[in-house]
Amino acid sequence: MIDFWIILIACLVSCCCSLLGCFLILRKTAMLTDAISHAVLPGIVIMFLLSGSKNSFLMILGASLIGLLTTFLIEFLSQRAKVQADASIGVVFTFLFSVGIILVTVFADQVDLDQDCILYGEILYVPLDMINIFGNWQIPKSFFIFVPLLVYIILFIKGFYKQLLITTFDNQFATTIGISATFWHYALMTNVSITTVASFESVGAILVIALFVVPPASAYLLIKDFKKMLFLSCLIGIIDCILGYYFSYIFNCSTAGAIATVAGIIFMIILLFTIYQEKLYNLLNINQLQTPTSSID
Amino acid sequence: MDNFIEFISFQNPTLQIIAIGIFFLSVSSAMVGCFSFLRKQSLIGDAVAHGVLPGICLSFLLFENKNIYVLLWGASLTAWLSIATIQFVYSRSKIDKDTSMGIILSVFFGFGIVLLTIIQGKSASAQAGLDKFIFGKAASMIDTDVITIVIISLLVIATIILLYKNLVIVSFDENFAKTIGLKVELFKFILTMMTVLVIVIGIQSVGIVLISALLITPPVTARFWTNKLSLMIFIACIFSILSGFGGTYISYTYENMPTGPWIVVFMSIFAFISFAVAPKKGFISKLYRDFLNRRKIEDENILKTMYALMEDSTNNNTNNATYSLKNILKKRNQNPIKARNTINRLCNQGFISKNNINENLELTPQGLEKGKRITRLHRLWELYLTKNLHLTPSHVHEDAETIEHIITPELEERIIKELGYPTTDPHNKNIP
Repeated sequence: MIDFWIILIACLVSCCCSLLGCFLILRKTAMLTDAISHAVLPGIVIMFLLSGSKNSFLMILGASLIGLLTTFLIEFLSQRAKVQADASIGVVFTFLFSVGIILVTVFADQVDLDQDCILYGEILYVPLDMINIFGNWQIPKSFFIFVPLLVYIILFIKGFYKQLLITTFDNQFATTIGISATFWHYALMTNVSITTVASFESVGAILVIALFVVPPASAYLLIKDFKKMLFLSCLIGIIDCILGYYFSYIFNCSTAGAIATVAGIIFMIILLFTIYQEKLYNLLNINQLQTPTSSID
Repeated sequence: MDNFIEFISFQNPTLQIIAIGIFFLSVSSAMVGCFSFLRKQSLIGDAVAHGVLPGICLSFLLFENKNIYVLLWGASLTAWLSIATIQFVYSRSKIDKDTSMGIILSVFFGFGIVLLTIIQGKSASAQAGLDKFIFGKAASMIDTDVITIVIISLLVIATIILLYKNLVIVSFDENFAKTIGLKVELFKFILTMMTVLVIVIGIQSVGIVLISALLITPPVTARFWTNKLSLMIFIACIFSILSGFGGTYISYTYENMPTGPWIVVFMSIFAFISFAVAPKKGFISKLYRDFLNRRKIEDENILKTMYALMEDSTNNNTNNATYSLKNILKKRNQNPIKARNTINRLCNQGFISKNNINENLELTPQGLEKGKRITRLHRLWELYLTKNLHLTPSHVHEDAETIEHIITPELEERIIKELGYPTTDPHNKNIP
């Protein structure tokens, strides 16, 4: 039963991340997501100090604010100061993460966050924090965080599917028909920070990026239809979690790390398959596939 | 204060060793960072840093040895492997570079964490030494570590100085480098290897997560101050060294304070300050330039309006050369308070003279000349747009409103020549 809950929570986290991740990788903002997942740390610590508990509403609020701040700072540096986009990402997230680490050190006795937790979370502790429902039904507390979060993200994507899709694929067209690309960029990044904070305890700030990026990228290689890509990335994310959990069980190692490793292996298999597939078609001289254009010098 | 003096004088032998290490690390990372910045590959450093972890853990698992050299070999190997994999992924599939970096970075780091926890499972004491690689602990540096840092830094610095010219060409313009027969791939490989080496020697003091700041932030800071590459590298080194010592000082003075994060905080503060105050590129000087520009436009618009009023009165044969503020506002709709301020400024500069009794305004000869010139530029541009770009006369006014403030005397002359010394504009007004 404990195994079941851990796997279920991991799957819920990975579905939340995968759904958002599909938009992120098509917007080429994978590294911005990485930056946000680091930068929320000071927000978490400050909110923790203010409210004295994890998982509160305040925490989510703080995270959204810090996420917005990060996005804003990066945009500000690259637009106003004309710093290259990736350099401004690098400057901002390392700064905020450092502030976070310093805060954790300074308030070490008041904050129940240690550096290991920041790195790879403690998903194995999920079953320790149970709530009794209907007498003898025991359900982990985090279940009641991730189910609403998943529902919220699905509703967000379903409700604003058109806007998200248009701003993802054609910013200028979106602007001409009156959809603000900036607004949806910030909205998406806010949701990324909320998801990061919610998953913080279970997978850690650094490995959450693996869940955001790797399953959608794997799905992206396999499929062209965006709607199908959303479903497929969730499916791949779930497979990653299940295999990752058993991997960590066998080798007695970090579950989050194992999930990232398995996700990477599955991604590589799919990548090699697609490359091999193209070569195979080329070998058989099937004209259906376009010849790769990357070899032009 | 005592602490500070003690720190500055470097009397403490442990501190001497650490300071030497930090000094060389700062210089080499800033130098290498400038080149990754030029190549727009700043974040590669972040990916490489994460790729180091599995290498360190693997070599520890294989050789059961915490000797720095053994760990460095493993670290360099997986760091290089991570760069190669990133390139493989984005060059062989439709996945873009950013995503590819995100994937490899997180997967390598995840695998590193797996190995780290396996080591932890074997014996708790063994892992204690590896932990420092993640967040960094400069205070734990010992003689052999510092010697390694110095040797590798000197190697990197010497390589950059010897190959400076070639590296600059490759970083700025790969195609040009290819045409003049440079081995671009070789130099790119050298740059990559230098990045890997700097990161590997740096993780011990700054940590995996933050080492990329050492490569990214000082070049960004230096870029605000200069356009010259050699100077930029020098300034980056200075900021880097200052932050390195600052961070070391804090972690030396206060117990349990991590070095890496403080170094990064110092660097970021330098970056933000530079962004604000740097001459030319700084935010404040940009705002000031914008302000001057806006003021110039306001000035010129008032003078132009007064010139237009004068033209009107000549046409009506009223020969009235003085106008009230009301006349001006009527002719050109604008914020009255702003207009009054502008007029006062112009009075002080001697472009307008004010009658003290009825507050009527008159253009001085200088003001007349300036108003005439702006009007001329406006009408010339309108004519140019209608004649050479075939726009309808009704559409050209807006464009001329903005460009009239920018046209230089040289450009003015060329336009006049191009148009064949015209006398009237498309709205049949005289070009003065």
